Amino acid sequence: MALSSTARLPAAEPAKRPARPGRRLAPYGFLAPFFVLFAAFGLFPLLYTAWVSLHRVELQTSDRMDWLGLQNYTRLLDDPFFWNALRNTFTIGVLSTVPQLLMALGLAHLLNHRLRGRAFYRVAMLMPYATSVAAATLVFAQLFGRDYGLINWVLSSTGLHPVDWQAGTWASQLGVSTIVTWRWTGYNALIYLAGMQSIPGELYESAAVDGASRWQQFRHVTVPGLRPTIVFTVIVSTIGATQLFGEPLLYEGNSGGGISHQYQTLGLYLYEQGWTFFHLGRAAAVAWVMFLLIVLLALLNAAIAARRNRTDR
Amino acid sequence: MTHVTTQALDKPAAGKRSSVRAGGRRARSPLHGGPLAHAVLIAATLLAVLPFYWTLVAASRSNAELSAATPALTPGPNLFHHMGEALRQAEIGKALLNSLLVSGTVTAGVVLSSTLAGFAFAKLRFRGRGALLALTVGTMMIPPQLGVIPLFMVIARLDLQNKLPSVILPSLVSAFGVFFMRQYLVQALPDELVEAGRTDGASLLRIFRSIVLPVARPGMAVLGMLTFMATWNDFFWPIVALSSQNPTVQVALKSLGQGYVPDQSVVMAGTLIGTLPVLLVFALLGRQIVGGIMQGAVKG
Repeated sequence: MALSSTARLPAAEPAKRPARPGRRLAPYGFLAPFFVLFAAFGLFPLLYTAWVSLHRVELQTSDRMDWLGLQNYTRLLDDPFFWNALRNTFTIGVLSTVPQLLMALGLAHLLNHRLRGRAFYRVAMLMPYATSVAAATLVFAQLFGRDYGLINWVLSSTGLHPVDWQAGTWASQLGVSTIVTWRWTGYNALIYLAGMQSIPGELYESAAVDGASRWQQFRHVTVPGLRPTIVFTVIVSTIGATQLFGEPLLYEGNSGGGISHQYQTLGLYLYEQGWTFFHLGRAAAVAWVMFLLIVLLALLNAAIAARRNRTDR
Repeated sequence: MTHVTTQALDKPAAGKRSSVRAGGRRARSPLHGGPLAHAVLIAATLLAVLPFYWTLVAASRSNAELSAATPALTPGPNLFHHMGEALRQAEIGKALLNSLLVSGTVTAGVVLSSTLAGFAFAKLRFRGRGALLALTVGTMMIPPQLGVIPLFMVIARLDLQNKLPSVILPSLVSAFGVFFMRQYLVQALPDELVEAGRTDGASLLRIFRSIVLPVARPGMAVLGMLTFMATWNDFFWPIVALSSQNPTVQVALKSLGQGYVPDQSVVMAGTLIGTLPVLLVFALLGRQIVGGIMQGAVKG
């Protein structure tokens, strides 16, 4: 897009060559409001986090920094709760991302049909996305209550055993993942639907002429046409899963992530280090580890996508 | 605030656009949906809506009714009583006002700064354009949560803790917004229009006001809605920067959830109050928001 507009412009350029000097600087004026604030509150904190992570900084005296070198990082790697949080982030990430995206794909496929009430379905499915993490978690924490939660009531009244959705490792992680899945499935379904609608209808027609079944059409026309969209949603949801925070914080209302840290994520661990234990320097080290993790995941995603492309050709 | 209301007026324009698009596609949609498709979609819709219904039930019943052997499954008579309790116990009223103020200001700031920068990236030629755009897009995916520690140190030094500017300032611009407006204007604004303004000797600011802004309006409306919702629901930074004495809605909800209010019905009533404004916006503009998200998906 940028290429075509630059290519078209030179024709018009000579006419207004003797430009006023203000003209040359004016574009920067348009960018200034964004870039000044972006540099101050976006880029600087991100980079400065690395510097802070090499110091001892305490919450109450946050203007004092004592050089520590890599000590925050070695403490981190020696802390079993850090590894626990890393593991939990991974398992909760898988438990929430995989079902979420698969269901979204199926729902998008159905929404792509000619249906009565399509607009209604779309809006209804997006409502969880409009709900805040805090509100959604408070409601789900109630639903998942051990003694009086609606879900356990349904389980026991259908003759099944009630589940302790807080104390059990898998049960609590499933509970937290359910909140994420509930909030994001509809959103991802709409993203997939948008991608599906840009697949030319002729592809389906010619596949149908060739005798492809509905399933084969989905498998060989829809999914390949959707590949860039799928890569996009996978990247966005993995980044989201890496920094999961509000759901585990409010699930039981403590920054430890459960009585034995059974669902404490990296985001929650960062918060606990900084705002429960007052070690901002160590929290910064956690943030920097999370940043590296996200870069790594993005690279991995890109590599997998590139490889799939090559093997397809 | 005025900004938000003018956007609300503009939204029908955005709606028309997206419904035209959807209409065009409907004709091409290759498959007919049968009863099975409806059954699955209705089930999914129920799952999406059920927690809202349950919030209403829990907010309008007493704790005893909720913890009975057979819990109440329909809304009861105590909704307004519990809402009143929530307003009294958890500063929810102040929180609503604060959230409105913060989200309104942030939305105005993001929409304006993104349109200015998006226009420059889309239609103006200057040194360093490619590099600056790459910087913007490259950092778009990095979660701002990772910068909270230095941000907290800055806010503490400026003595802004527990004051609303602490949550407004860092959100006032958005890399995603700039990218969104750039993509919108690259397509929606013909080069010839800008050139015509230039040969007429209009200043760039004049061109921006009388040529770019009218064209950009539907895109600005979509960005405004998305920004307002995201800011209203923002969680990590507000709970770090603010306290329960001067909360936004999400900070107040966190206090509710951490047991400052023991009564579950009051907690649910507070949750309902905090969610109601967004649901209201959604009920009025749901189709436009759906259109905006799908548009953003195709372009992004």
